[in-house]
Parts: sequence; C-alpha cells; structure tokens
Amino acid sequence: MIVQDFIFWVLSVVTVASSILVIRFQNLFRAALMLVVTFGAVAGLFVLLNAEFLAVVQILVYIGAIAVLIIFGVLLTQELEIGNKSNSMWLPALIGSSMFLALMVFVVLDTDWNFMQNVVGDETMSKVGEVFTATPSWLASLLLKEWVLAFEAVSLLLLAAIIGAIVLVKERDQ
Amino acid sequence: MTLERVLILSAVIFSIGLYGFLTKRNAITMLMAIELMFNGVTIAAAAMARYITPSVLRVDPAATSDGLVQFVLSGQVLSMFVIAVAAAEVSLGIAIIITVYRSRRTVDVTEVNLMRR
Repeated sequence: MIVQDFIFWVLSVVTVASSILVIRFQNLFRAALMLVVTFGAVAGLFVLLNAEFLAVVQILVYIGAIAVLIIFGVLLTQELEIGNKSNSMWLPALIGSSMFLALMVFVVLDTDWNFMQNVVGDETMSKVGEVFTATPSWLASLLLKEWVLAFEAVSLLLLAAIIGAIVLVKERDQ
Repeated sequence: MTLERVLILSAVIFSIGLYGFLTKRNAITMLMAIELMFNGVTIAAAAMARYITPSVLRVDPAATSDGLVQFVLSGQVLSMFVIAVAAAEVSLGIAIIITVYRSRRTVDVTEVNLMRR
C-alpha cells in the first residue's frame, strides 16, 4: 500500500507539473513534448487504478497517434517563433477555472460515496476482484454485447472523422 | 489510493486544461488543452469504475451472477469511448487548423475572424 501511495504521489506531481508546463512553455514543440509526458503519467495512473488495458490504449492512441498528430501540426504550421502567446483574458479565465476547481473539490469531499466494499457482500467483492484481474476479456464482452450499439456508433464517428479530415486538407482542383 | 485523491487530481488537470483553452491564442495549444481536459475526464471515469458500485449491483446485492458483475467495468468502457472521440476530434481539429493556416497564414485564433466581418 505504501509503495502504491508513493507511486501515486510521484505520478500526480509529474502529471500536474507537466500539464502546467504544456500551458506555460513558449516553445510549442516543447509544449507538445510535455503533453507526451502528461499522457505517460496518466497511463501510469491507469495501471494503479487496475485499468491495464486502458493504460495500453492510452499509450497507443494518445502517445502513438494524438501526440504525433499534434507535433505534425506544430511543425506544419511553423509558428514556433511566434509561440504560445496568451490573450488578454487571463484573469477572468484564471478566476473561472479556479472557481470550477474549488467547486469540484468541494463536491468530491462533500459527497457520501457508495464505496464498493461497504455496499456489496463479500461474495460479490471476490467476483469483482476476479473481474479486475482480467479486465481485457470482460471489457471485450461488455463492448461487443452490452454496448455494441455505442461501439458501432464510435466506429462510424471515426470513419466520418477520417473522411472529413481528408476532404478538409485536400488541395482544391484549380 | 483513495477515490477522493484521484478525483481531485482529475479536477486539477481539467482546470489546467480549461485555463489553457480560455487564455491561449494559438489554435494548436488550445487543442493540447482540450486533450488535457479529456485526460482528466478519463481518469475520473476509471477511478469511479475502481471504487464505486454500479447501480445494477446496488439494487440487488445478492445478484452475483457473472452477467451483472461485469458492469463494474462500465467506467473503463466510458473512458475508452472518450479516448475514441478524442482521437476523432483531434484529427478534425488538426485538419481545420492546417486548412486555416493554408488560406490565412496564421493559427492565431484572435486573427481568424472571417465570419465576423
């Protein structure tokens, strides 16, 4: 437990520090690299939360695809020297996001959570433990049986996004 | 590692992303801030899946059949859908930014005001 606590604190410090640096770095390329660090630390948090498959998906999709796409965008638009300027609204934005954070912290601390071990019996808890030791197969059965409609809708969305992206960046025939 | 700590961490990441989205002028940085917000949400959903009972198990605590126990992973499924939607969103976002850059030679969102005039 102590080791888990230690890893959790290290990962959360890395996550928060690198996500602040994403916003603060003036060089866009460095900001994108800090984004990769944030994604990696979040993948570690997923492992701590017994979501190993989600950690792998995070690394594949976020670090492998989204971060590379963003770095491509940074390099293609060549605004490295113009950089990461802020607009004039930083004070209202700071107040708004701090108030949102305070609200969320208050809600989290004030809610009476229905923790699993308090609500369900020992027999169910042992089955839940079994589910959490082999999440990929259970996730597969959930995705392809219970939420198959949402699964198909997401694949349709991805197809539409691919076609839309191709149509948007295609050179117009003169 | 208790639920509250993870949820507060996800709220912190979401707020940093929100601040970045509201203040930055570069469209690509705004896209990065949106990705930070998505990450905060996925952490929260995975933490909920780990610690909170789904309502199907809460209504009938005796119902321990495998068909219902699998619903403890609902939060992880939600996280996977969020990741898929984020991938679709970032691909379209980069395509739009590149198109705007090609025609107007800038990605500064305060200068892209074609619709306002």
